[in-house]
Order: sequence, then structure tokens, then C-alpha cells
Amino acid sequence: METVKLTIDNKQVEVPKGTTIYKAAKKLGIDIPTLCYMELHDLGVENKPAGCRICVVEVEGRKNLAPSCATECAEGMVVKTHTTRVINARRTVLELILSDHPKDCLTCPKSGRCELQDMAIKLGIREIPGHEYAEMSTYKKDLSPSIIRDVDKCIMCRRCETMCNEVQTVGALSAVNRGFMAVVAPAFEQDLEKSPCTYCGQCVAVCPTGALTEIDHTSKVIRAIADPTKTVLVQTAPAVRAALGEEFGMKPGTLVTGKMVSALRQIGFDYVFDTDFAADLTIMEEGTELLDRLTRFLNGDKSVKLPILTSCCPAWVNFFEHNFTDMLDVPSSAKSPQQMFGAIAKSYFAEKLGKKRDELVVVSVMPCLAKKYECQRDEFKHDGNPDVDFSISTRELAHLIKEFNINFEELSDEDFDQPLGESTGAGVIFGATGGVIEAAVRTAYELYTGKPLPKIDFTELRGMEGIRSATIDFNGLPINIGIAHGLGNARKLLEDVRLGKATYHAIEVMACPGGCIGGGGQPLHHGNSSIIKARMEAIYREDAGKPIRKSHENPYIVKLYEEFLGKPMSEKAHHLLHTHYFNKKKDVYIK
Amino acid sequence: MHMSHIKLELKPEQVSKIKQICQSFNNDSGELINVLHKTQETFGYLPAEVQEVVAAELNIPVAKVYGVVTFYSFFTMIPRGKHPISICTGTACYVRGAEKVLDEFKRILNVKVGETTPDGKFSLNCLRCVGACGLAPVVLIGEKVYGRVSPDGVKDILKEYEEK
Repeated sequence: METVKLTIDNKQVEVPKGTTIYKAAKKLGIDIPTLCYMELHDLGVENKPAGCRICVVEVEGRKNLAPSCATECAEGMVVKTHTTRVINARRTVLELILSDHPKDCLTCPKSGRCELQDMAIKLGIREIPGHEYAEMSTYKKDLSPSIIRDVDKCIMCRRCETMCNEVQTVGALSAVNRGFMAVVAPAFEQDLEKSPCTYCGQCVAVCPTGALTEIDHTSKVIRAIADPTKTVLVQTAPAVRAALGEEFGMKPGTLVTGKMVSALRQIGFDYVFDTDFAADLTIMEEGTELLDRLTRFLNGDKSVKLPILTSCCPAWVNFFEHNFTDMLDVPSSAKSPQQMFGAIAKSYFAEKLGKKRDELVVVSVMPCLAKKYECQRDEFKHDGNPDVDFSISTRELAHLIKEFNINFEELSDEDFDQPLGESTGAGVIFGATGGVIEAAVRTAYELYTGKPLPKIDFTELRGMEGIRSATIDFNGLPINIGIAHGLGNARKLLEDVRLGKATYHAIEVMACPGGCIGGGGQPLHHGNSSIIKARMEAIYREDAGKPIRKSHENPYIVKLYEEFLGKPMSEKAHHLLHTHYFNKKKDVYIK
Repeated sequence: MHMSHIKLELKPEQVSKIKQICQSFNNDSGELINVLHKTQETFGYLPAEVQEVVAAELNIPVAKVYGVVTFYSFFTMIPRGKHPISICTGTACYVRGAEKVLDEFKRILNVKVGETTPDGKFSLNCLRCVGACGLAPVVLIGEKVYGRVSPDGVKDILKEYEEK
């Protein structure tokens, strides 16, 4: 490999040819500030519009300052990252950005976690010259069921555009207009609701400012808890426990399951349950559906659609409802764990309590913003009463814990309530890419072969690679599994299926890179993708530590079928736990 | 960028015309700007509905197409009115009061320069010199030239088009 040697801030460094000054400096431990550049190394994502101009440096012999994120190193180059000229330029650039930025930091949802605010602090900005009379560009605020676009706060870093178009291939957002009116927006500057947005929230996950944030439901949750006529249930998604600790300064990958449960109890939820229970239930239904389709297929039934696609991820559901409208009968009809939980809570559990469904309030804590939209879908309502009333993100839960004066670090571990709090290791791994299908394989294998699994861990299904495949031997029957995370990867996989190029029996798709652990509702990773990896390790650690690791062995799941549902895919199960999909393509267009 | 208020229903032959243009550039998304030039040449402007067809044909998000259309000032999403009004703001016309005439058109029609009235009847634009400086200030409506226009005369000029 050809390399070049250069000097940055009087330190020598040797880097491969083609390396940018920004990255070479990083190698030396010099963090050149930037607002637009972003690299998610483990996911192969780079956003490099060279637009913010904060990262300028002085290069000896060059007339103008160089944007370090977009300037390649050359042999013998002498770079200075903090000369007076650089500092002055950087401050002026930031002052200009701030001059067209609202000054409402006190009430901004991003306050305290805002990269623009951090930059103003870092560069010692104490006043914004001329801001009293400077004109500001203003735009209409866009409130979707999941995401708020407050683009007055957009600084045109275009990270969201990279996530939306290149990583997710959703194509909802693009830079539009020019000059002062330039902004990132959906086509024709319509609201997100009228765009092909899937609410995956990856734009929110990378937005450096308050331009993209989630709809906050914490006030509604507080009100429900305070209402004496309501019994309030909470369910927590698998990925939340692997990331919540980060909001309290804990190391990424710290598992806080027990603390999370005690915090939820202190907040005042009447029952603290686990979405993992519903994940086990999902496996019973989805796994049975897989085996049913498979058996019929092997018996020569030509009407059977294979591969079966997982349907747990609401952003993925939105994505295929927009983009694969010819394949709406291919995904599993199983509802997501969030919705299965709601349906069981407001039927089976309500009966147990002797209460009517509208006396119960079901709150979900999700690593996800699309879940906010999912729980509002009409087909998940019963006479207007939703199965899941409110969905809050991991970030919103952290906020609630802080607002309720709970010292999270000092909490002791507590266990979930029963019966909807018991879960297996299979339910836990739903939080990571490959986890749903591994959980399904654990159960489907045993149901199909009638034999216990020789080994529970299917490491061939795990990892961070965007598209993976593996063949699992079902006692002589090879089952081809496909896995995709990130909607762009899902699109590639699905296009192969559509063209008949792929021969999978089952495919798992998660919309977010890394799966739910990298969800749009998780603590912000600020471009550090090693955080997502640490969460993934935590998820598999939690699984390995569970006494029961196969969904069909969850005693409360067994009981639920005995007492209430009958058997998987029974008429009652169908009614409560399965759904259907809609063609949303027409909604994309402006009409 | 101001959008047209007028809803457009593309006729099948218009859709196939757009498809033809895209095909002449091998449906290559890298040719988006050229495709848009040709399309605007054909339709006179680039309404949302046309952009949607272009996006589908080139297999790119319609947001991207809209991004390009709004970036380059040559592209417009506003159709020319049935009677396009052009006011000369060249030097001779300008010194003889073209701006006041323009203001009067703006006031009466309630549109800005570059816009079209909601009923699609008039569009308002400026141009520089039509070679009739002796008649300054000059206004063109369609092919017809009006000379020595005064702000007071604007109303009467527009009256001519009331029934048209």
C-alpha cells in the first residue's frame, strides 16, 4: 500500500495515500471539530459534503484554508489545525451559522445533546455579531406521528440525507432550494406524512441539532399514571436495556435490565412487563407460520409464498408497503411484539384483572420512533381504543427517570411482573440484527424435527455485515436464511427475491443498522458506531445468561396458549396476533 | 420556489412524451439535468406531476428531482399564464418609469415577478429591451406590444383581456 508522510501540529504521521487530513489527524489523537462530517465505520457510512467549513486547517504553501474532511494528505505536507488564522475563520464560520439559527436553546429538545451547542461552547462563542438585525430563514414546522422536523434549526450538514438516501434508500429527504432558503426537505416541501418516510428515525439519530427530533409522549404517560381510574402497564423492548445506561453516563454495552425495572416501578407503573414476552409469542406465531408455509411448499403447494419475511420492524413494514407493493402477501402476517403485547394485555390480562380494555393504558418503551406511528395505526385499534396507547423512546424514558428524581445508578435490580414479564433468551436477541431469525430457528427446528437442538447459539446468523446468509440443517432439510439490516440492504435482498435470484426460505429484516440496538430512539451515538457494537454484545450476553433460551419453553407462553389462545395460528390467535398490509404507494404522490 | 396552485392531470400522451425523453438519455439518473431541460422545453415548466414521472423513470427519489429543480433558477414549476406579460426594464424603459408600471401590474394582479395568477390567466415577467426604446416604457402581452405605458393605463390594458 502506497503511503504518504506529513506533519500535523508538529507531529509526524504516515497514512495510506488518499487519506484525508481529518482522518490523519484523528490517527494522531487530534480531533478537528466538524459539524457535517460523519463516519459510521462499522456500517460503511460516510457523510462528507464539506459543507460546514468548521474543519478548516492551514496547509503550508496553500493560499486558502483547506477543509480537512475533504482534502487528501500529500507527501511532506505541513498542516496546522489551530493557528490564529484557523481559529478566527472557524469562529466566523460558526457565528455565521448561528446568525441564522434560532436562539431558543433553553427549550430546545436537543439542548444538552446538541452538537451545534457543544461547538459554540468549544469555540468560545460569546456573542453573535449582528444577529439582532440579521434576517432568519424560517420554514413551516412539520409534525408527523413519529418525527418532528423543525428545519429552522437545520444547518445543512446533510447527514439525514445520507442516512435517508444512501443507507436506507427511502428517498424521503433531499437538499432543496438554494442560498438562504436551502434546506433538507421531502419532495415539494410536503410534510413527512406525505413522503415515503418510514419513520425509521435514522435521520433523527444523526441530526447534530434540534432540526429532527421525536414526538414526545412523556407528558401523556405522566398524566395516565396520575389518573386513578387507569391501570397503567409498561412493556420494554429488548434493545432498551442494552442502551439506557448510556443516558446516565454508563459505559456502552452496560446491561441495566434490573435497574430499569425498579425505575419503572418507582415512576409509578402498576405493572412492569416485558416486550420480550411478546417476542417469544411472536416466535410461536411466526415460527409456526414459517413451518406451515414450508411444509405446504415441500408438499408441492404452488400457492405458498416463500421466503417468509419477518414483520416485527414497523419501519420495515412501512418500507415494503411503499416499495414492494407487489409482494404484500410475502411477509409474515404476525404482528410486531409491541402490538402482540398490547393485544394480549387488553384481552387476556384485562380479563384476569376483571377490567375493561379502556381502563387499561399500555405504554411501550422502544428504541424506535416508527413504533410511535405503528401503535397509532387504525388496524391496531378496537373501537378507537388502541392496543398500545403510547410509545416512548429510550431517550424519553431516561428523561422520565431524571424528572422523577430517581438516582438510576444507585437502584437495586428488580424483576419484571408476571405473567407478561417472563421471557427467554430468544426474546432478548430480537434487539440485534439476526436475532429474530435465530430465535425463530431455535423454535422451528425443535417443532419441525421433534428433537432438542444440539447447540443453541447460531453464531453464523450474527454479525454486523449488512447482508448475511446461512443454511441451517433441519435434520437433513437445508433451510436457507437471509438477513438484512438497514433498509438499503433490505431493498437489495428483496429485489433479488423479486427477480427470483434468491432462494431463501426465510428472511429477517431490521430497518436500522445493527437492528433495534441502533434504533432511532436510542441514546445518540454521535457518529460512534462502536457503541452499537457494544450494545450488540450486551444483548447476546443477556441471552447467554438466561435459564431458558427457546421461546416455546417460556412457561407463561405455554400457559397463555393453554388458558386462552389454544394453539399457534388458532382462530383466536389469528384474530389477536396477526395483521395485514396496505399498499401505500399512492400516498407518496402529491395529488 | 413557488409552486403552481393549478392541479395538473397528465394525459397519457404527455406521460409517454416524458418517458421518451428519459429513454433518449438511457434512463440514466446522471442525466437528470439534461432530462429536465428537455422536459421543460416540451412543457414550458416542470410541475410536480411531471417531476414524479421523471423520478420514476430514472429510478431516483422524487425529492432528489425536486432538489435539482429548485436549485437551478432556470427551472420553473410555474406555468406561463394564458397571457404572459413581459415588462421591459431595460435602461430606456426604466428611466421612463417602467418600475412604477411593474408595481401597478403586481398590485392589480396580486402576483410577484415570476408568478402566475391562480386562474392561470396572466404571468408576470421582466425582460431587458425589446428594441422599441422610442416607445418606452414598453409592455408585451403575448405578441402584442404596448408603448408609452403609464401606471394609470395598466388597468385599461388588462381590461382588454377580461373576456379572452
